[in-house]
Amino acid sequence: MKKSVFMGTLAAAGLVATGAMAQDAGSSTLAAVKDHGALKCGVNPGTPGFAAPDASGVWKGFDVDLCRAVAAAIFGDPEKVEYTPLTSAVRFTALSSGEVDMLARNTTWTFSRDVDLKAEFTGVNYYDGQGFMIPKDLGVSSAKELEGATVCIETGTTTELNLADYFRTNGMDYEPVPVESFTEAQNQFLAGACDVYTTDASALAASRASFENPSDYVVLPEIISKEPLGPLVRHGDSEWGDVVRWTLNAMVSAEELGVTSANAAEMAAGTDNPEINRLLGVEGELGAMLGLPNDWAFNVITMVGNYGETFEANIGESTPVGLARGLNALWTEGGLIYSPPFR
Amino acid sequence: MTDQKSTIAFVRTHMLEQLPPPRGEVGPAKWIKENLFSGWFNTILTLLSVFVIYSALSSIIPWMFGGVWNASSLAECREILDGAHAACWAVINERWQQIFYGTFFPSSEYWRTHVAFVLLLVAIAPVLFETVPRKLLFVTVVYPFLMVWLIWGGSLWGPIGVAAGFIVAYYAGKIASGYTGSGLSALIAVVAALVWWFLIGPLVVGGLNSVAPLFPLREIQSRELGGFVISMIIGVSGIALSLPIGIVLALGRKSDLPLVKMMCVGFIEFFRGVPLITLLFTASLLLNYFLPPSVTFDLTVRVIVMVTIFSSAYMAEVIRGGLAALPKGQYEAADALGLDYWQAQRLIIMPQALKISIPGIVNTFIGLFKDTTLVFFIGIFDMLAAAQSIRANSEWNGITWELYIFIGLIFWVCCFSMSRYSQWLEQKLRTDHR
Repeated sequence: MKKSVFMGTLAAAGLVATGAMAQDAGSSTLAAVKDHGALKCGVNPGTPGFAAPDASGVWKGFDVDLCRAVAAAIFGDPEKVEYTPLTSAVRFTALSSGEVDMLARNTTWTFSRDVDLKAEFTGVNYYDGQGFMIPKDLGVSSAKELEGATVCIETGTTTELNLADYFRTNGMDYEPVPVESFTEAQNQFLAGACDVYTTDASALAASRASFENPSDYVVLPEIISKEPLGPLVRHGDSEWGDVVRWTLNAMVSAEELGVTSANAAEMAAGTDNPEINRLLGVEGELGAMLGLPNDWAFNVITMVGNYGETFEANIGESTPVGLARGLNALWTEGGLIYSPPFR
Repeated sequence: MTDQKSTIAFVRTHMLEQLPPPRGEVGPAKWIKENLFSGWFNTILTLLSVFVIYSALSSIIPWMFGGVWNASSLAECREILDGAHAACWAVINERWQQIFYGTFFPSSEYWRTHVAFVLLLVAIAPVLFETVPRKLLFVTVVYPFLMVWLIWGGSLWGPIGVAAGFIVAYYAGKIASGYTGSGLSALIAVVAALVWWFLIGPLVVGGLNSVAPLFPLREIQSRELGGFVISMIIGVSGIALSLPIGIVLALGRKSDLPLVKMMCVGFIEFFRGVPLITLLFTASLLLNYFLPPSVTFDLTVRVIVMVTIFSSAYMAEVIRGGLAALPKGQYEAADALGLDYWQAQRLIIMPQALKISIPGIVNTFIGLFKDTTLVFFIGIFDMLAAAQSIRANSEWNGITWELYIFIGLIFWVCCFSMSRYSQWLEQKLRTDHR
């Protein structure tokens, strides 16, 4: 008797908990964000150019600008963001538990993350790929000549698997030097513990820029993997996914249409191009369809900038990170950056 | 007999002056000979060690003391050093505030952490040293509430409201004990405090705040805390809470009541068997799965709770070791004197058991303090995270050792002072005749 009461209580508690969770999944993230008064955005605790707090504790970077853009779209204020720095190990759990509303944390879009981890990638804001860096005096000009090299590689990453695949397909041997972190890899490579350092090309460029004598090191031309990095949200709330997706698309379209933070106000007065008018909320009701004010994209562009502007300001060739647009140029200029039409 | 005397050729009639020992048998020369060069094997080892120490120091000392202190970026450091291999301490000079106060703490409010730190020293002084006037214990009691107000800001009415809960509990218990037994009156006290904290208190505090906020300070979110400040907050709260909880658990484990004993054993064994990082992940990520979306606990509070639970499980076992080391006669003597359970614990058992456990207790404290760096993994910006974010700035990208050495030094100072204090305390409490 006593036992059955106990089991019954347990079952009831379980039902209540499931109900609460189901309700959680069903309720609107956008409403919750508006209610909370700020966007909870998961970022990298420190990657040069992509996300890092500056000397006065203000978050800056290419990924950070995406968080700010979403906040600008929702609240008309890019500062209404609460940043949660996340290590790569906890980022997906933090997202699915609701600790953050979205991730903008240079995360590679892969099949298993999209399908199995129940994340919804809402676009690609940086097309990266794995590359190799070597000391110049090694005298190697192509990754195909790296037979027998010692390679510094971060354990437990997709780069480790890509490396194994690449050397196997090219019939070469290598000797891995396992390291735990970006910093350790950099120190080992500089100390000469390995001939080759391999990771995403953007990180290679950033770390090369920090070396005492950058010209003594070269990044080889081969890119051996696809690493599309993008923002992601939880499965199960497509409306919220749309907000993040179209915020990024608005930044891309703005660049394509020549709308910048400087001339957006002027263009908002009305132009001859109906797509610009729809984007800036002069014509149509695109904002209302997202559940946002009609000038949402206007706010994004004036307060944060278009895609090209944030790229140049954070990681472009004029910054210490010094990345060329490359694959991340607009599709009209030979790159992959492309936005569906605003219609 | 007289004959015999004459056969002795020489009799000394006065004492000779003491001669100094031969050279090489005294002072440093003797010590060196005996300890460093007492045989060919030791001689080789000595020379080898001297060589190793010399070669280590000859590269470390110029690196440390030849470093650059004034520069605004690593590139500028390198320019000043001009190829020389030396530290770039300028990063500490430029960014030490971020390591101490946390990356996001507003600089206009730094004074609050200073006041909180000085008050902390005043508050723990009477606990640590007998010679400090007892009246200062008042500061110790008030300190937790003051600290919350100083660090998190807001109006002072909030902490006062929480403190009032304890006063309500005290008087409710006192009044109830006039009518019922001690067990029931304790229960009434707890219920009264809960009613105050969750029902009446918030209304009163809210009302007072809307009428006249008391010394309102700028509010600071937990998210904005970091660096050495968050390590101190978590470390000090964990230490202060885990000792009493650990004592209760240790006593519970030795209890004759099977239910109490089972609960204590279960608690201790569960939390000792789980890594701290797992508990922290639970606190920061998994708890959200089970709570309705509207309920949010402050992350710092969640972390303090988990760290306290974890270290009190360890503490319980350390204290149980001290209890087990007491001879049975001590317990029997307490019984023979007619002391009840709590009197016996307070007057006879605990003073001895805690004295025996001091090294273990301090060991747990030091471990707890160093474990605070684990909070980095759940997104709290402690000193190590601050170092990482400093490195991610283009000015300081590429710097490693200087930051880690500085942070290591801060930890070493804290842990070494705890260890020295415990040795001093052991010496002072030593009553046996060894």
